[in-house]
Amino acid sequence: MTFENSILTLLTWLPVFGAAILLFTPKTALNAIRWIALATTLVVFVLSLALWQAFDASSAGFQFVVNMPWIGDSIGYRVGVDGISVLFVVLTALLMPAAVLASWDVETRVKEYMIVFLVLETLMIGVFTTLDLAMFYVFFEGTLLPMFLIIGIWGGAARIQAAYKFFFYTFIGSVLMLLAMMGMYWDAGTTDIVRLLGHDFPVGMQTWLWLAFFASLAVKMPMWPFHRWLPEAHVQAPTAGSVILAAILLKLGGYGFLRFSLPMFPDASAQFANFVFLLSVAAIILTSLVALVQTDIKKLIAYSSVAHMGFVTMGIFAGNALGIQGAMFQMISHGIVSGALFLCVGVIYDRMHTREISAYGGLVERMPQYAFAFMVFTMANVGLPGTSGFVGEFLTMIGVFQVNTWVAFGAAFGVIFSAGYALWLYRRVVFGALTKDSLKGILDLNLREKVVLYPLIVLTVVFGFYPAPILDTTAAAVDNLVAQYSAANGLDPAVAQADARAPLEYVAPAEGAAQPADDHAAEPAAH
Amino acid sequence: MNSDVTDFASLAPAYPEVLMALGILVLLLVGVVINKERSALVSWLAVGLLAATGLLVMLQPTDGVIFNGLFIADSFGRFMKVLVIGGAGLALILAMSNAEENGVHKYEYSVLALLATLGMMVMVSANDLMSLYVGLELQSLSLYVMAAIKRDDPRASEAGLKYFVLGALSSGLLLYGASLIYGFTGHTNLGEIVIAIANEGRSVGLIFGVVFLLAGVAFKISAVPFHMWTPDVYEGAPTPVTAFFAMAPKVAAMTLMIRLVMDTFAPITSDWQQIVIFLSIASMVLAAFAAIGQQSLKRLIAYSSIGHVGFALVGLSSGTQVGVEGVAIYMAIYVAMTVGLFACLLSFRTDTGYVETIDDLAGAAQTRPFVAAIMAILMFSLIGLPPLAGFFAKWHVFLAAIEANLYVLSVIGVLASAVSAFYYLRVVKVMFFDAPIKQFAAVPGELNIIMAASGFLVVTYYFTVGNPLASWAQTAAGSLF
Repeated sequence: MTFENSILTLLTWLPVFGAAILLFTPKTALNAIRWIALATTLVVFVLSLALWQAFDASSAGFQFVVNMPWIGDSIGYRVGVDGISVLFVVLTALLMPAAVLASWDVETRVKEYMIVFLVLETLMIGVFTTLDLAMFYVFFEGTLLPMFLIIGIWGGAARIQAAYKFFFYTFIGSVLMLLAMMGMYWDAGTTDIVRLLGHDFPVGMQTWLWLAFFASLAVKMPMWPFHRWLPEAHVQAPTAGSVILAAILLKLGGYGFLRFSLPMFPDASAQFANFVFLLSVAAIILTSLVALVQTDIKKLIAYSSVAHMGFVTMGIFAGNALGIQGAMFQMISHGIVSGALFLCVGVIYDRMHTREISAYGGLVERMPQYAFAFMVFTMANVGLPGTSGFVGEFLTMIGVFQVNTWVAFGAAFGVIFSAGYALWLYRRVVFGALTKDSLKGILDLNLREKVVLYPLIVLTVVFGFYPAPILDTTAAAVDNLVAQYSAANGLDPAVAQADARAPLEYVAPAEGAAQPADDHAAEPAAH
Repeated sequence: MNSDVTDFASLAPAYPEVLMALGILVLLLVGVVINKERSALVSWLAVGLLAATGLLVMLQPTDGVIFNGLFIADSFGRFMKVLVIGGAGLALILAMSNAEENGVHKYEYSVLALLATLGMMVMVSANDLMSLYVGLELQSLSLYVMAAIKRDDPRASEAGLKYFVLGALSSGLLLYGASLIYGFTGHTNLGEIVIAIANEGRSVGLIFGVVFLLAGVAFKISAVPFHMWTPDVYEGAPTPVTAFFAMAPKVAAMTLMIRLVMDTFAPITSDWQQIVIFLSIASMVLAAFAAIGQQSLKRLIAYSSIGHVGFALVGLSSGTQVGVEGVAIYMAIYVAMTVGLFACLLSFRTDTGYVETIDDLAGAAQTRPFVAAIMAILMFSLIGLPPLAGFFAKWHVFLAAIEANLYVLSVIGVLASAVSAFYYLRVVKVMFFDAPIKQFAAVPGELNIIMAASGFLVVTYYFTVGNPLASWAQTAAGSLF
């Protein structure tokens, strides 16, 4: 038992251990339950930071690997992280304490609530740390169970329909992925992801495998037109549920594309790239327009999530280092920003018990600190330079510009529209005169809410000016992925990567931080 | 082959059966001698006898073919016998609380259950069409009586009669098939039949025989289109009896099916595969859609069991060792889930009796959180949602189907499982999302233990039983090839 071989196992299963403690806590001891849950998530967060600290960003391979056979010939216990997955672990661990804190005022069935959230954390971290194909499915699909309960038990008025819709959209897509995984097992003779990454699947088979994975991942992402479950699930879920859904569960789709579709089915990915571009641009433009007309704050943010995920899929299937780095950054950034936006909605929902935009207005008069926090996240959502939202969108757009100019042209509209709906939302909720009687007694952020929101503000701004910690961590793994992808498609890997490095230096001044980008640019050249 | 049956030691492969048979005779005497109020004693003795037999099966493994080739003991049979005995024993324990109300307080019930179990053990070990039929009928006749054991209840009597009439029909089909096979191959011994088929090839008469034989067995595992009795019998029979029907007999009949198709009809795989694939698809799809409209919990479970038989048959359709392994694991997990499910069902009792409809469970998560949680876990597991055991069951059978390139079957299967999620989730929804309307009576201790054990195994499958079960099933399946 060393740090190397136990950290990932510990990170993955610690939350369940916390849940087991909660199981034996009396259900009336509400404060004890909340503190145990918070303490567990905080310990996991600290461990995840230790993991990131110990992670060697210069290596493209998997680290902290444990690999042993487990059930029969097929399923093993295999864990490990690389540059693509390690940040998602940290993101999950970062947002869970925020989710627990945001749920401090939940009064109904608190014990079950916290247990379900802790189980969900284990499943989410498990998705990112497992290196076994079957176990990936286990964790990926296992998240349905707690989320179904979270929406269904603690959700809003129309929660049951939302929970069912969430469940079936995801489940039906995923079962096809399961069959594809079995096909991969028989073709490669293993469920070890590391070995699968080195296996060449026959081209004809790749098409079917890609489509089966797409059926699952596109729903999870969600890509237009498979996104119908998302707005409903978001609107009905409790605040913490929405945060986790937007910040992490949606990223499972993107992670799946990066882990499976692109590296394992490169021929099919290239073949379907234009198809994905089309859907991505459709998502960016259409759902942005749909977001404009929403009257419910959560629904508006939900549609904006779909649009932002469009940038991610677009960047991933650009297949070059810029696009994929951008997609990674966009996912992390969106995790922080959309999570924070849902937390902001939760703040006023807790006070007013309505999410209707028309019920608000002029909040800045009574809640200046809230107005500030909400503004930062709104700007990050718009993609204002200096916030983390800008970096991801910009990188994915340059990445895709190299591949298909028209797609980048279409995606650029999304940036404009997002400014439209987000700023308009902000104006209607926060600015204007405080005329509504119900709002006259509303209180500003309390200490707990500040503790949750302020660190996220700091991260949003820091990563906006200094994206290097994220880009450096992902660089080696992404370069490796791009090299394999280009090689499989007969492109010259040197071209794809050289392209990637040069513009990165060029990006940096635009962000006002030349130094880190230089570091990053120099680093892949070393190997 | 050993024809010297007078030498007792030569019966070693059949010791468990001999022990069972002797034990049953003793228990029958005990039951007659002591007065009827003490039938709980007979129940516990019956459970003890099953436990002893189970231990004998596991600890004294003796392979061999005895009784002039009528009876075979191999590790595949042992795996399935343990499941059969376990299922039967657990069902007897389930029957102990409120036995009077369920009409299963008479000592005859335990004795009949043991007789049925003995019949199933013979089925599992049958190596001849004759012993196959003898075992099957010993089982069936006992089950008919068990279904109708609550004589004063018209629904139970109706269930017993229905089961008897349709069961007799299926026995007729099976016998007709057996006679055709005998007629066209000249043998009743399964080992001889396979040689005859391999030498002479297939003939139309033989195929007819196979179809009838498999139809008869399909009736016993309640695969569509031979499933019509299942919902009625499940609903009409007292719940502990239904629990008995849902576990051991399914395993035994499935074993019979596996042995017939994998061993005896191995030379004509492509022929029986069509039949099994049809049974599988029909069971999965019909069960998934028919269960949606059900209000009665027991009818729901009946359709669910039909669906699960369909999923198990997915593994069998492959006709490979991986497939048999998958079916064996599937049946083991199915028994573990089913026993928990019936324990939950028996725990939901109000002043007026057991709950009948799904809506009666409204808000159970608040009034009976433990039972509701276990039931929800089992429902998710029955859907096949990871990380629960039900997922691994499906993993193993679909893995085999994909290996055999049965893509259409697999896609239909997983989509059917997605549809079936709808009715399982409805139970969860009613228990967890709705407001409570009923108060439930206290739960007997042994049910709590069974539920906790079932829930524990289902949740921790990956860590606890997953690996030993898989390797044991692998050994078991290997003995057929």
